[in-house]
Amino acid sequence: MNTQVKTERHHGTGLEEPKYMVPKVDIFETGDEYLLQADMPGVGKDGIQISLDSNELTIVGHRTASREKAAASCTYLHRESAPVNFRRAFVLDPIIDTNRITAEMDQGVLTVHLPKAEKVKPRLIPVTD
Amino acid sequence: MTLTTLNRPSLWTSRPFGEFGDLQDEIDRLLDEPLAELHGEFFTGWAPPMDLVEDADNLVATLEVPGLKKEDIQVRVEDGVLSISGERKQDEKLEKAQAHRTERFYGKFHRAICLPKPVKVDAVKATYRDGVLTVTMPKTEEAKPKQIEVRMG
Repeated sequence: MNTQVKTERHHGTGLEEPKYMVPKVDIFETGDEYLLQADMPGVGKDGIQISLDSNELTIVGHRTASREKAAASCTYLHRESAPVNFRRAFVLDPIIDTNRITAEMDQGVLTVHLPKAEKVKPRLIPVTD
Repeated sequence: MTLTTLNRPSLWTSRPFGEFGDLQDEIDRLLDEPLAELHGEFFTGWAPPMDLVEDADNLVATLEVPGLKKEDIQVRVEDGVLSISGERKQDEKLEKAQAHRTERFYGKFHRAICLPKPVKVDAVKATYRDGVLTVTMPKTEEAKPKQIEVRMG
C-alpha cells in the first residue's frame, strides 16, 4: 500500500516557484483512440514527464538546459521566447484505458495516444438466428 | 417638424451612438481594407517566437517552430536581413478524425529580422532540433570586437 502523502506548501511570496507555460494542444478522436498533440518547442525526449494520478494526466516539458546555458554567455539583441518550462493537466474520460497510454516526441511535438477501452469501441454486432 | 427628425428610428433606436456609430464603422472599414489585402499573403496568424543573440563570433537566431519537416523550412540571408519561412502541414491521417480541440497553428509563416552586424553569408548554418530552428551566422572580421593595445608614447 502506498502511504506516501504528497504535500505542497507555499512559502513566502511565491516568486521562487517555478513558472510554467501552457502548451497549445490539439485533441483528435478516431475510432480506437483519442490523440493529444502538444507543441513544446525546445523540449527533447528526455525533458518530457507524463504522470497519471487517478484520471488526471499531467504533462510537463523541461526545455533543454544547454540552450539557456549557452545564452548566458551571450547578449540578447531580441527576445520573444519565454525561458520557462511547459505544464498542462487534463482530466481523462473514464472510457480511456489508462493502462495502454503511450507517447512519443518528435521535433518539439508531443503525441499522446489515449486508447479507448475495448468495451466502448464501435463494433459490429452479428445477428444470430 | 424637428421632432419627427429626432424620432427617426434609424438614428435613435438602432444606433445608440447616433452618427458616431457610422463614423466608427467607416474608420474600421478604412483601416481593415488595406490590411485584409495583405492578410492572405503575409499574415496567417502564426508568428513563431524568434530570438536573436550575439556572442564574440556569431549572431545566433532561434525560432520556435515545432513539428515541421526539414524540407519545409527556408532560410535566407540577404542584404543584412535574415528571413525564415515555412509551412506546417496537418497530418493527413488526422484530417478525417474528429477534432475536440484545435489550438495549434497550421499553415505558412514568415519571419524576418534585420541583422545589426555584417555576417559571412557563405558560412551561415541552420540546424533544426526539438522543434527549434537555430541559425548561426558568423560575424565578419570587421564586426568582431578588437582589443587595441595601448603603447607608451
